[in-house]
Amino acid sequence: MKKIALILSREYITRVRKRSFIIMSILGPILFASLMIIPIWVTQMEDTDIKRIAIIDSSHIFRNVIQDGEYLKFDYLENTSLTDLKDNFSQTGYYGILYISHIVSYDPNSVILYSDKQPNLGTKLHISRALENYIKDQKLQTYEIDDLDAILRAVETNINIRTIKLSEGGGEKESNTGIAMALGYISGFLMYMFLLFLGTQVMRGVLEEKTNRIVEIIISSVKPFQLMLGKIVGIALVGLTQLLIWSISTVILVMIAQAIFFPELGLTPTEQVVTQDVMSANPVQTPAESSSPEMEELRMAFATLGNINFAVMIGSFLFYFLGGFFLYASLFAAVGAAVDNDTDTQQFIFPILIPLILSIIILFSIINTPGSPIAFWFSIIPFTSPIIMMARIPFGVPMEQVILSMVLLVAFFIGTVWLAGKIYRTGILMYGKKVNYKELWKWIRYKT
Amino acid sequence: MDIFNTKNVVKRFVNQTALDNVSISVPEGSIYGLLGPNGAGKTTLIRIINQITAPDSGELLFSGKKIVPSDVFKIGYLPEERGLYKKMKVGEQAIYLARLKGLSNKEATARLKFWFNKFEIMPWWNKKVQELSKGMQQKVQFIVTILHKPSLLIFDEPFSGFDPINADMLKNEIITLKGEGSTIIFSTHDMGSVEELCDYITLIDNGKKLIEGDIHKIRKEYRSNIFKVSFAGDIASVQKVLNQHFDLLDHTTEEDVVTARIKSLKNITDNTLLSLLIPEVKIISFNEETPSMNDIFIRVVTEGRKNNS
Repeated sequence: MKKIALILSREYITRVRKRSFIIMSILGPILFASLMIIPIWVTQMEDTDIKRIAIIDSSHIFRNVIQDGEYLKFDYLENTSLTDLKDNFSQTGYYGILYISHIVSYDPNSVILYSDKQPNLGTKLHISRALENYIKDQKLQTYEIDDLDAILRAVETNINIRTIKLSEGGGEKESNTGIAMALGYISGFLMYMFLLFLGTQVMRGVLEEKTNRIVEIIISSVKPFQLMLGKIVGIALVGLTQLLIWSISTVILVMIAQAIFFPELGLTPTEQVVTQDVMSANPVQTPAESSSPEMEELRMAFATLGNINFAVMIGSFLFYFLGGFFLYASLFAAVGAAVDNDTDTQQFIFPILIPLILSIIILFSIINTPGSPIAFWFSIIPFTSPIIMMARIPFGVPMEQVILSMVLLVAFFIGTVWLAGKIYRTGILMYGKKVNYKELWKWIRYKT
Repeated sequence: MDIFNTKNVVKRFVNQTALDNVSISVPEGSIYGLLGPNGAGKTTLIRIINQITAPDSGELLFSGKKIVPSDVFKIGYLPEERGLYKKMKVGEQAIYLARLKGLSNKEATARLKFWFNKFEIMPWWNKKVQELSKGMQQKVQFIVTILHKPSLLIFDEPFSGFDPINADMLKNEIITLKGEGSTIIFSTHDMGSVEELCDYITLIDNGKKLIEGDIHKIRKEYRSNIFKVSFAGDIASVQKVLNQHFDLLDHTTEEDVVTARIKSLKNITDNTLLSLLIPEVKIISFNEETPSMNDIFIRVVTEGRKNNS
């Protein structure tokens, strides 16, 4: 045990001191924080210039129909021809020209917005909604029904769907799919990144010791299995350290950014993070326009957030990270031991990568249908369960499935570590031999 | 007293038997040469002694007792293929390797400082290994091998890759270590260093032990019974007195001195030959040609292979 501790502390210290680790520790949080901050920031920055739009209405029925918005102003021009205006467009200072043809009431394609810029969706929606409502009202009036306005108001309904998850024992939890999806996607993707990135580091480390020929010096003092285990655990700790640094500094960065950009929001950092998740999953609303449906959405998001058990999230992430890492890292270590140089690793790495890549491909469909049979099976199979189960956990997974998946993962990683240990033991002392799967199988069958 | 014994050690790989019933005895305090052609099984045997691999059958004794894992602390091993972590600092790395051999951090640092000063590589303590010349790396590896004062040292092809100056330094250190009571096993192809250093040798080929024992006894055993005589006089008269027990192999004449190589056909003592020659010529020098380790090596291996096939 003392030797394993020595080995893992060397693995840990040399890696944590590396320039690449320090750079990643600094860049990671900046990247994460900007992913969260920038979209909000961009929507806030958007369109604070006043835009003036000229209206040329050849039907002559839309005077004062389109109301000015906060940043949108409309000029209803009576005696100007479209051609003149278009010809002198640059001198007029208008953002755009809205041309309404006289056939507008029966041809929906007869409204044209001319501009030398690309008008945004908000501007187009503002115009079309105003015109639609006006035409609708006009058409309704032709039916000559008394008190139509009152009737219409009376039949108007607004449906706001709240999702409440039933848990066993009759408890109810308010849930928000957007948040669960975002959390599922982030944790699944993070898991993928860590398994792949750290797994390759294990392989590189083993290969380095083998090609350096230091391995024989070391295994005259320790058992090969101790060396392999020390390396894997050391690198796992490097990963956990990186994760810890990222989490803490992302929270701090988001807090700082929030204080600078959105002092009015006054949310705690985690709430801020999640607010962004909601916003990216739904049409973006600027705070000024946040009328009741959006506020309701936000309220539900926070309710969901309160209901997501972060202890469970973090706990299961750690479990699946360690389980998945031992599973993959031992395989990567075996590959590093089996070959003589980097180029030979390809043929053995590919089969290891397949389940990882498959997981990331189906990740999106999993967060859309977290209860589907595919989601179930992939979260049970040990090679894909670390990623897929993490994507499902925010939605809530039945306890017996989690236990089954965890037990299988542990059983499999013990199995792969054992197998990899056998390949490793023989491989690290084998030079200049073209290794294939048949050869590896022989190594596995060697007695000590 | 033997420090290490292997008894009937067998190690099989899939297509070959690397070691076939090999028993060796390494006397304590000796320098023990492990000889054999490439692929004979030397490195496999060394790895078994180091408990890197385990034999399929057979027994290993360290100081007369069955070997236990903690015996690795009493062994220092310098492998044939040796390297260091290139990106790690020299001092740090040496401490790490010493601690793996059971030394404390403090102890390792103190001893390393002594050796680094002795080999004049102290200025490189904080350099990365990749900045070191190969010779300096070898010095570091050697220091790390002996740092924990093991009672048994194993050097696999220690002189390969060393320049003559470092090789000489290594030889001197080996002799010093022996003087301090360590036992040294080393495998080599360099027969010159075997003659110079070894007290005992064993020769293996194709996984089988061919000879083992005291190097002086072996050399006597493989004596060729060839005498080299230099004299002033006539070669014809010498030829005449050599009876059926002796054979004149060849002779050279340089100025007035003739040097003849005479083989004794039966085990007849040198005095008999001398008594035959003295009346005929004036003897300048007379000595028996002892076989070099090189000759013995080639002879034993060739005979061994002939017997096998």
